[in-house]
Amino acid sequence: MISIFIKRLLLAIPVLLAVASLTFFLVKLAPGGPFDADKAVSPQVLKNLNEAYNLNASEWEQYVAYMSGILQGDFGPSFRFPGRSVSEMIATGLPVTFELAFYAILIALLIGVSSGVLAALKRNTYLDFIPMAIAMIGICVPTFLMGPLLVLIFGINLEILPVSGWGQLPGDKILPSITLGFAYAAYIARLSRGGMLEVLNQDFIRTARAKGLTEKNVVIKHAMQGGLIPVVSFLGPAIAGLLAGSFVVETIFQIPGLGRFYVEAAFNRDYTMILGTTIFFSAMIVFFNLLSDLAAMWLNPRSRDNS
Amino acid sequence: MSKSSTLWSDAIYRLTRNKAAMFGAIILFILILCAALAPWIAPYSYSFQDLELGASPPSAAHILGTDVLGRDLLSRILYGARISLLVGFVATGVALVIGVSWGIIAGYAGGKVDSVMMRIVDVLYGLPFIIFIILLMVIFGRNIWLLFGAIGAVEWLTMARIVRGQVLTIKNQEYVLAAQAMGVTNIQMFRKHIFPNILGPIAVYATLTIPQVMLLEAFLSFLGLGIQPPMSSWGTLIRYGVESMEEYSWLLIYPGLTFTITLFALNFFGDGLRDALDPKISSD
Repeated sequence: MISIFIKRLLLAIPVLLAVASLTFFLVKLAPGGPFDADKAVSPQVLKNLNEAYNLNASEWEQYVAYMSGILQGDFGPSFRFPGRSVSEMIATGLPVTFELAFYAILIALLIGVSSGVLAALKRNTYLDFIPMAIAMIGICVPTFLMGPLLVLIFGINLEILPVSGWGQLPGDKILPSITLGFAYAAYIARLSRGGMLEVLNQDFIRTARAKGLTEKNVVIKHAMQGGLIPVVSFLGPAIAGLLAGSFVVETIFQIPGLGRFYVEAAFNRDYTMILGTTIFFSAMIVFFNLLSDLAAMWLNPRSRDNS
Repeated sequence: MSKSSTLWSDAIYRLTRNKAAMFGAIILFILILCAALAPWIAPYSYSFQDLELGASPPSAAHILGTDVLGRDLLSRILYGARISLLVGFVATGVALVIGVSWGIIAGYAGGKVDSVMMRIVDVLYGLPFIIFIILLMVIFGRNIWLLFGAIGAVEWLTMARIVRGQVLTIKNQEYVLAAQAMGVTNIQMFRKHIFPNILGPIAVYATLTIPQVMLLEAFLSFLGLGIQPPMSSWGTLIRYGVESMEEYSWLLIYPGLTFTITLFALNFFGDGLRDALDPKISSD
C-alpha cells in the first residue's frame, strides 16, 4: 500500500506542474494587459506598474520566476488589490472555506449514512421510500436554488435565522452549512443504501447472524465496514464538488471565504488571483482524491492484500 | 412462429411500463415543444418591457407575474427554456463525440494505447474542471459557443470509461472472434458488431449527462459567468430571482420550479431508460 501511495504521489507532481504551466500560459493568452480597463494612466505610471508586476520580462522569465515563487508558497501580488498578495488572500479565505466545508460534510455524513443504512435495513418500507424520495429532491434541487429558498423560508418569512454572514451573528453558520451539505447528504444516502444492500446479501453476514450476533453488531461491526466503501471513495470527488458549492454558498450568504474571493476575482479579471487560486485548488483536490482513494483501499481487504 | 423480440422492442416495452419514466418523458416532450414554439406561444416578447407596470405578482394578464422592468416572466421562462435545453443537448453532444470516440479507440486498440489513454482520463478526473471552465470564460469572454464546448469537454470522461468497458467486453465475445477469423475488416466489424451493442449504454448515459450539463450551465449563469443578458437561461432567471426575492418571491419560485421539474423529468427518464436497456446495471 505504501508503494501505491508513493507511486500516486509521484504521478501527482507532473500533473500539478502541467496544470500550473497550462494555467499560466492560458492567463497570458488573455487579450489586453491587466491595467487596460482602468482609467487612462500616464505612460510613466504604466511603465512603473509593469515594472512592479514583472511584466517587462520575457514570458519565459516570468514563467520561471512565477514557478519558483510557487514552490516557496508565493503566488505573487494581486492585480486588483494593490499591496495584498495572493498567498495572503488564500490564507485569510481558506480557514473560512474549510470550516464551512467541514460542517457541510459532517451534516452530509450524519444524515446521509444514517438514512441510507436505515433504508437498506428496512428495504421496501416507508423508512426506505421516504428518505430516498427526499434524496432525489436533494439531488435535483441545485445548491443555488436550495440556499435562497432556505433564506426565504427561515431568514425572511420565519425570521429565525440570519440571512447572511459568517461568525457575526449567533446561528449564521447554520443555513450555509445545511445548504452546502444537503446535496451531499442525498448522494451519500443513496450510496450507503446501495453499498449496504450489496453487503447484507453476502455470506459472511449470514454467518455472523448464524453465530447469534445481535443485529446491532452485525450491522455496525460487519456490514458497515464494507457497505460504506462507496461513500469513502465518493468523499474525494465530493471535495471538488464542495469547492464549487462553496462558490455559490459563499456568494449567497456573503461569506468571506476562498470561494467568494475566486468568483470576485473572476468578475474583476484579477488574473494573478485566478491563476494562484486555480493552482492551489488543483493541488488541494489532487491531494484529497489521493487521500480518499487510500482510505477506500484500506477499508477493502481485497485491495489491501493485493498490494 | 412468434414474432422475435429485439433488444430495442424489449426496452421500449419495459420503458412504457415504467410510470416515473413515462411521466418524465411526457414532461420533457411538452418542454421541448414549448421551447421550440416559444416565439408563437409566448404571450409577450422576452424583451418587451412595461416600465409603468414594474414588478407585479401573477395576474390574468401575466400568469406568472412580471419582473422589475415589467417583463412577462412566463415568456422569459419559455425563451429561457430554449437556451437551457440547447446547452443541455449541444454540450452533451460534444461530450458524446469526444467520449465515445475516446472510449472506442482505447477499448478497441487495447494494450499500451489503452492504458495510456485511460491513464489520461484518470488524471483528468482528479482535476477541478469547474475552475477551468470559469478560467476559460474569464479569459476568452463569455461566449455561448465557448460555454457549450467547455462544458462538453468536461463531461466526456465518464462516457469514455463506460464505452471503453463495453467495447472490451464485446471485443472478447465469441461471435466477434468468429467474425475476425472470417476476415471482416475493422470498419465493418465496428459498424455491424460493436457499434449496435454499445448504443444502449451510450443512450442511457447521454440522457443522464443532460441534467448534469444543464446544472453546470445554470451554476455558471447563476454566478454571472455563463449566459449574458439580454439572452436569458433558467440559471440567469434564478440569479435575478435571488436578487429580488425579498419583495418579489415569484421571480425566484417559478424559474426555480421549472428548472427543478426539468431535472426531475430528465433523471426519471434516464433512470428508466437505464433499467429498460441494461437491467444488469440497474441501481441496487
